[in-house]
Amino acid sequence: MSGSTASYDPKQVAVLSPEALTQAVEDAEKAFAAATDLDQLAAAKPAHLGDRSPLLIARREIGALPPKARSDAGKRLNASRTAVQAAFDQRRAQLQAERDANTLRAEAVDVTLPWDRVPTGARHPISTLCERIADVFIAMGYEVAEGPELEAEWFNFDALNFPKDHPARTMQDSFYVAPEGSGMVLRTHTSPVQVRALLERQLPVYVVCPGRTFRTDALDATHTPVFHQVEGLAVDKGITMAHLKGTLDAFARAMFGQTSRTRLRPSFFPFTEPSAEVDVWFPERKGGAGWVEWGGCGMVNPNVLRACGVDTAIYSGFAFGMGIERTLQFRNGITDMRDMVEGDVRFTCAFGLEA
Amino acid sequence: MRIPVSWLRDHAQLPEDDAAPTADQIADAFVRAGLEVEAVHHLGPVTGPLVVGRVTEIEELAGFAKPIRYCLVDDGEPAPRGVVCGATNFAVGDLVVLARPGTVLPGGVTIGARTTYGRTSDGMICSAAELGLGDDHTGIIVLAADAAIPGASAVDVLGLDDAVIELAITPDRGYCLSARGLARELAVAFDVPYRDPALLEVPPAQAPSWPVHIEDDQGCRRFVVRQLSGLHPGAESPWWMRRRLYLAGMRPISLAVDVTNYVMLELGQPMHAFDAGKLDGDLVVRRATEGEKLITLDGVCRELDSDDIVICDASGPISLAAVMGGESTEVGPQTTNLLLEAANWNPASVARAARRHKLPSEAARRFERGVDPALAPAAAELAAALLTRHGGGVVLPGRTDVGTPPAPLSVVMPIDEPDRVAGRVYDRGVTVRRLSQIGCGVHEAGTHGTAMLTVVPPSWRPDLVQPADLVEEVLRLEGYDTIPSTLPPAPPGRGLSAAQRRRRMVSRALASAGYVEVQPSPFVSSSTWDAFGLPDDDPRRHTTRLINPLESDRDELATTLLPGLLEVLVRNVARGQRDVALYGMAPVVLPRHGGPAMPDVGVLARPSNAEVAALMAALPEQPLHVGTVLAGQWERRGWWGTGRPATWADAIQAGRLLGRAAGVELEVSAAHTPPWHSGRCGALQVDGHTVGHAGELHPAVVEALALPPRTCAMELDLDALPLTDKRPAPLVSPYPPVLQDIALVVDAAVPVAELTATLRRGAGELLEDVRLFDVYTGDQIGPGKRSLAFALRFRAPDRTLTVAEATAARDAAVAAAATTHGATLRS
Repeated sequence: MSGSTASYDPKQVAVLSPEALTQAVEDAEKAFAAATDLDQLAAAKPAHLGDRSPLLIARREIGALPPKARSDAGKRLNASRTAVQAAFDQRRAQLQAERDANTLRAEAVDVTLPWDRVPTGARHPISTLCERIADVFIAMGYEVAEGPELEAEWFNFDALNFPKDHPARTMQDSFYVAPEGSGMVLRTHTSPVQVRALLERQLPVYVVCPGRTFRTDALDATHTPVFHQVEGLAVDKGITMAHLKGTLDAFARAMFGQTSRTRLRPSFFPFTEPSAEVDVWFPERKGGAGWVEWGGCGMVNPNVLRACGVDTAIYSGFAFGMGIERTLQFRNGITDMRDMVEGDVRFTCAFGLEA
Repeated sequence: MRIPVSWLRDHAQLPEDDAAPTADQIADAFVRAGLEVEAVHHLGPVTGPLVVGRVTEIEELAGFAKPIRYCLVDDGEPAPRGVVCGATNFAVGDLVVLARPGTVLPGGVTIGARTTYGRTSDGMICSAAELGLGDDHTGIIVLAADAAIPGASAVDVLGLDDAVIELAITPDRGYCLSARGLARELAVAFDVPYRDPALLEVPPAQAPSWPVHIEDDQGCRRFVVRQLSGLHPGAESPWWMRRRLYLAGMRPISLAVDVTNYVMLELGQPMHAFDAGKLDGDLVVRRATEGEKLITLDGVCRELDSDDIVICDASGPISLAAVMGGESTEVGPQTTNLLLEAANWNPASVARAARRHKLPSEAARRFERGVDPALAPAAAELAAALLTRHGGGVVLPGRTDVGTPPAPLSVVMPIDEPDRVAGRVYDRGVTVRRLSQIGCGVHEAGTHGTAMLTVVPPSWRPDLVQPADLVEEVLRLEGYDTIPSTLPPAPPGRGLSAAQRRRRMVSRALASAGYVEVQPSPFVSSSTWDAFGLPDDDPRRHTTRLINPLESDRDELATTLLPGLLEVLVRNVARGQRDVALYGMAPVVLPRHGGPAMPDVGVLARPSNAEVAALMAALPEQPLHVGTVLAGQWERRGWWGTGRPATWADAIQAGRLLGRAAGVELEVSAAHTPPWHSGRCGALQVDGHTVGHAGELHPAVVEALALPPRTCAMELDLDALPLTDKRPAPLVSPYPPVLQDIALVVDAAVPVAELTATLRRGAGELLEDVRLFDVYTGDQIGPGKRSLAFALRFRAPDRTLTVAEATAARDAAVAAAATTHGATLRS
């Protein structure tokens, strides 16, 4: 670099003239614009922003200017350098954007291609409905009670007020277990869980029990020997049939929608007195709007409470039982019972993880 | 129970004509009262000229395969009408039902004049079946001589505008298995007067009719006998009675049988008629003795049980009480002297006998539900009157009436008990009025506080024994629809138990992993165990058997879910699925070896804790199992490349996944358990206890059950997994790891799981993770060896680990592998 005290040589400092600087900026802009990719741009950079570029060379000559002129020239030079750098940056951003756009365009795929590489699983709608029903009652403060499927006749019948030779016992088409007189039966309903719950738990008892049940009905479109029920039981001080109705109404609304309605019809079950059948109103029933039988219910028979050691002078209770298959049929429009039993994956997969 | 509306009207004075309720309205009233209506059958419809005619001439046409008659029938028109008829149960002078041409019968058949058997038949003489009044095609209807004059409309005479209501009677309402009981319900429902058909004038008995000795007063509560003589043998039942029997679903047989059936339908009292001429001496009611035999009316010789109650004469048992009469004293076409029996039997013994002899007769059905013990004399009287009216003869004076009917019981309850149960307030007087309506005697007492009712239920309501029974009567008659709807104040619950939450988690995990849930059948055939190749002493062969399976060869309760799951797998494959992955969750039944017998526990009070424990202990164990079966491709072929078949590894992975969902890390070790492939089966273990198995099925099993090749399966006892709750949080180090890879050459027989455990142990606490990433076998390492490449990740909890520290730990791991398994570091 020339010493600042060197004498002023107008020829040398011509590179700092406004014209020369403008020319250098224009040249740089032109060169950058001419670059069509980042490599070319990089190649063009040293000539205009490198050590040997006109502006860098001009900067070395600043000292040759008379002190008064240095300030102006310095400003001009900086402005020019800034302009060239800006031109470079702008072009680079432009070229980067173009490159990125090209890359993305080149890498584009058909996103509609399937990716069913691993199989799709599903839960059985009966299982998910059982859980849903349990959740409805858990939200009301109930707990889920359980009992075995191969059950003592004492739980399935005796304690539920089915006298030994009463025709009500044969009403239920039980599967009996060998040897004759084993005292065991595949539970014909989930009601034995009522007895278990009352024997095992502290009062008050509010339980619900979804579970598998068995009757000797051959499989056809409307029957299955293995089916599911949900039992509900509330035993507390001052439980009334109005409480039963309110609970069934809430249950029906949770299952069939807010406009759902229920109706109680007098009926007979040994373990409830008074007893009733529950009907649900279906506006879109096949063959016209009407009541459809949903399940059985009633006030727990005092004989049952006594067999469980509950003081009937203080406590009363209600119980109900509904078929889960039936409930699912109504909810999801299933016409053939066999679909729920046979395990065809096409049926189950349609429900995914929640029916 | 089927009952014509016209019959109900005999006793319930329903409004007439325009105000008359329709059959459907009557059915609705029954439903509201708690009687289940199965169907309403409307008779007819018959349109056109169906008239009463009198047969004036019969010409038997010869030369046909069956008897054919050409009859002239006076149908009120100037000239008799010629009609061809294939029936022979009528004579000149009989009144018959004639369908003139133009009549349309039920089912839409139009009658026209036509030529048949060489004659022109100008109409048709109708049978009951043709008019929808029964199923009897064997003869035509012969009307009573005074039924109507020829030419009158037969629609009215036959009651073809009637309807039959079919009801399912619940076991508590035995009294509704009669016109008497149903009409009573109807009269209450419509609030109209009721005439009890059992309120007959029963003349006082002057003397016993026939000696009867009740030796078993537990089984027989009352025995009433009347005797008739001089009956016209072969007398037929009148048309109206046959019509009612038809419509009630019974077949008319003979006057004696028809009358006993009719009285049963009318009053609810089953009856029996003996041929008095065939009886030998006094009647004795007793238990049968072992080895005694009786040929019943259906011709079957029955071995009697010492619990059976029989009616005997000097010859021995002549009737299986309340169930079916005997052949030796059966009323026949020559019978002129009858002994009518109207008795009352113990419901439980009748139920046992009917079940034992598989004879669910109409009589047994009524007795096991309880028959009004006050009915017997009225029933005998009504039957005797009908028999003499239609069969001639006389009722002999004298009536035997022995036995001790149960004394009426009384029930005491607070008058507001119905209000308390219903959760509403009934108007004053409602309870007393409703109980009186159903026939109870009601006495109200007590002026301080709540009045108490002393209620004596009527003799036909043995089901009313406690206040709750009376409450139901009040509530149902007032209408269940008047009970309000409120929610009970349930206490806060604790939500699902840990086991219940785990069950949901496991099910969701398997479904999310690609398995489809199915419900395996719990019923298994013993041939499955052979197909599975189970040894004779395999515990899975030790099953609980059903006495009455639906399919006789599937009488065992599943001890494993695999048979049921494989059955569903095969079904899906048969329906065209190739890649199938299924899972099921259900309890299995594992009988205890020499387990205790079921104890006899009463129901009058809470059983003792010991009794409850004994009940539970007598039941087989029923753990909840989870099973998966898979066949075909696990990863599908697709545009990404080829697929990958489901293998033993997928089955074992299902077990691992399940364990993970349950919060348990399952260990796997080699196992040789049928029905699995002996070299591709893993035992799934927790703390050294085997809780399940997984792998590929044995090729012989695949072949025996016609499964897809290389079908794989997993089954695990979910209840055997420990429940995890409140798992401790891990320490997560923020310092960087040091990664090191090693390749170890070991005997091919060394299980990776064991080698991995050794590496972990040898490396110590600095080893954060070890993962097998390659397995190599081949020339470079020699036969019988494997090279196993592991990626080790080291990290310290409190500092940046140096490479030297990590290397030291790695070397320790390798040294442990060398010592324990003879592993060498592959260079």
